[in-house]
Amino acid sequence: MAEVICPENILEEIQLGELLPTVMEKKNAGMRLAQACAAFIDGKFELSYSFSDDKTYQLVTLRVVIDPSEEVPSITEIVPQAVFYENEMKELFGVKIQMITTDYKDKFYRIEEVAPFGPKKEDA
Amino acid sequence: MGKRSIIPYGPQHPVLPEPIHIDLVIEDERVIEAIPSVGFIHRGLESLVDRRDIHQLTYVIERTCGICSFGHGMGYCETMEDIFGVEVPKRAKFLRTIWFELSRMHSHLLWLGLLADAFGYENLFYQCWRIREKVLDLIEMTTGGRVIFSVNKIGGVLKDISPEHLRLIDSSIDDIKAELEVIKKTFIEDSTVQSRLRGIGIITKEQAHALGCAGPVARASGIRCDMRKRGYEAYQFLDFEPIISDAGDCFARCYCRLMEVFQSIDLIHQAIGMIPDETDISIDVKGNPTGESFIRIEQPRGEAVFYVKASGKPHIDRFRLRTPTFANLPGLCEMLKGAELSDVGLMVVTIDPCISCTER
Amino acid sequence: MSVLKYAPEALKNLFRPPVTTSYPFKPFEPADRTRGRIEIEIDQCIGCGMCVRACPSSALTVDKNAGKWTINRFDCIACGFCVEKCPKKCLSMQQFYQEPGPEKNEVTYTKSPEVLAEEARKREEAAKKAAEAKAAMEAKKAAEAAAAAKEEK
Repeated sequence: MAEVICPENILEEIQLGELLPTVMEKKNAGMRLAQACAAFIDGKFELSYSFSDDKTYQLVTLRVVIDPSEEVPSITEIVPQAVFYENEMKELFGVKIQMITTDYKDKFYRIEEVAPFGPKKEDA
Repeated sequence: MGKRSIIPYGPQHPVLPEPIHIDLVIEDERVIEAIPSVGFIHRGLESLVDRRDIHQLTYVIERTCGICSFGHGMGYCETMEDIFGVEVPKRAKFLRTIWFELSRMHSHLLWLGLLADAFGYENLFYQCWRIREKVLDLIEMTTGGRVIFSVNKIGGVLKDISPEHLRLIDSSIDDIKAELEVIKKTFIEDSTVQSRLRGIGIITKEQAHALGCAGPVARASGIRCDMRKRGYEAYQFLDFEPIISDAGDCFARCYCRLMEVFQSIDLIHQAIGMIPDETDISIDVKGNPTGESFIRIEQPRGEAVFYVKASGKPHIDRFRLRTPTFANLPGLCEMLKGAELSDVGLMVVTIDPCISCTER
Repeated sequence: MSVLKYAPEALKNLFRPPVTTSYPFKPFEPADRTRGRIEIEIDQCIGCGMCVRACPSSALTVDKNAGKWTINRFDCIACGFCVEKCPKKCLSMQQFYQEPGPEKNEVTYTKSPEVLAEEARKREEAAKKAAEAKAAMEAKKAAEAAAAAKEEK
């Protein structure tokens, strides 16, 4: 029988201002960005940045809850591979992300509608 | 310094199984930068959660992809089971594992065929797909579908495998193994294959970690990361080691996937030997749960992340599926930098791109 | 490392019979569990609509009173969820596939006239019974009200 080491996943709720320092901390701890996604729930954006520890298979998720009008700093300067995740958030949900290193300007997903999963136009 | 120009690569290209578009900035014959874009087959499956209930979603999410479909359905069910707080019966866990490994076998054999096709070895391509057909027959015999299994439900599985069928699988995969040995010899020893794959598209261990590569791409670069070691389903009872290679080139990725087919055969033997003789294969779940959960499983193409947020309503709030190809895109861009234009097709194939998964 | 590793196998292939079947001339052999297409024993159907609510691709419609069950075979994804959900088990998965066609169309199954007549009779009976029960209930209520009015006096 194989040994199994899989601690519980962690969900940390943080403020928007703490995002960059916390991401830096996770990166320095040797963790890998496993995924980043947005969700539009009850008029708020919930951004999740999940970091994986490949030695223990633990997943640590950073959760930032913001208003649709708020601007989010990009983490691509720290974690370059977040480019695709952030462009996805921006194009499918309309999250305002500042300073993405490679900003596709709505050309990553070649779809007709702008921000189809985000807030509807009449709500905004 | 030569003149720079941009070549649009895809979405229609002979080597590409699925539509991805890459803008290649080239100087003479050398790629300087690669900028991918997706969305040609974006179907908005993630937004279907508003209109379909949690049980219907099992079938919708399974159809995200035609090749790794079983894993997607299973990952979603596991995530919902985590939110419901239920444990599936032990036999269901083993059945899921057997089907999952069969689907890994057929996915890897398909990929080996595509790789052989990409470097122009048509005969090898036919042989890989001929063997794959036998795996598909086993899958059709036990589930009723060839690539879309539709046997998962939240709380277990819908169909059982009879003892005769288990024995048949046990003996059939031995035949498949014997045929694979011939192909393995060609892939690993043939000098034409070697000269086409060795030293091309190298990703070092550090790069693979920094770029967040997943699955066989990461393992080929020496990262010991296999989500099956997380011990979900019956993997906690099985004995295996992730297959790792150090070179990080196209050959290493080919080697990892080839050896994983053998590993899958071994895992199926182990699972069939250990499967408990119970009649319970599913439990009923009722109501609309509240909670959220992240679950990661090892798809044939790498680590897939499932996220569900539910708040007690008939429809869940958010479903998110981070597919392995999405994680491997940054790795692909890095790989393509400095490559010869003629190697681009081969490199795109070696990350095993599944664009339908990526766009959902 | 050597060249022509595969040559012996490739040569053997020349003398092997083909592994593919010549399909239209040799019929397709499905497995026992093959999910082909949905069939219904329409006279068993009670028109509950469980299958309509279960269908992930909205391919089904049911008209209970007219005894009609309609499927759009080109929308159906053959997942088998309706078969799973059917309380009367009158839906089944057949092992042959839907034939292709030039356009999407719906197929409607209607219950046989005898079954429909029987159902209509039952409905009428039930309606009569309900009406009788209602009348009895009203009479009882009126009597109670009258009694209450008497007591108040």
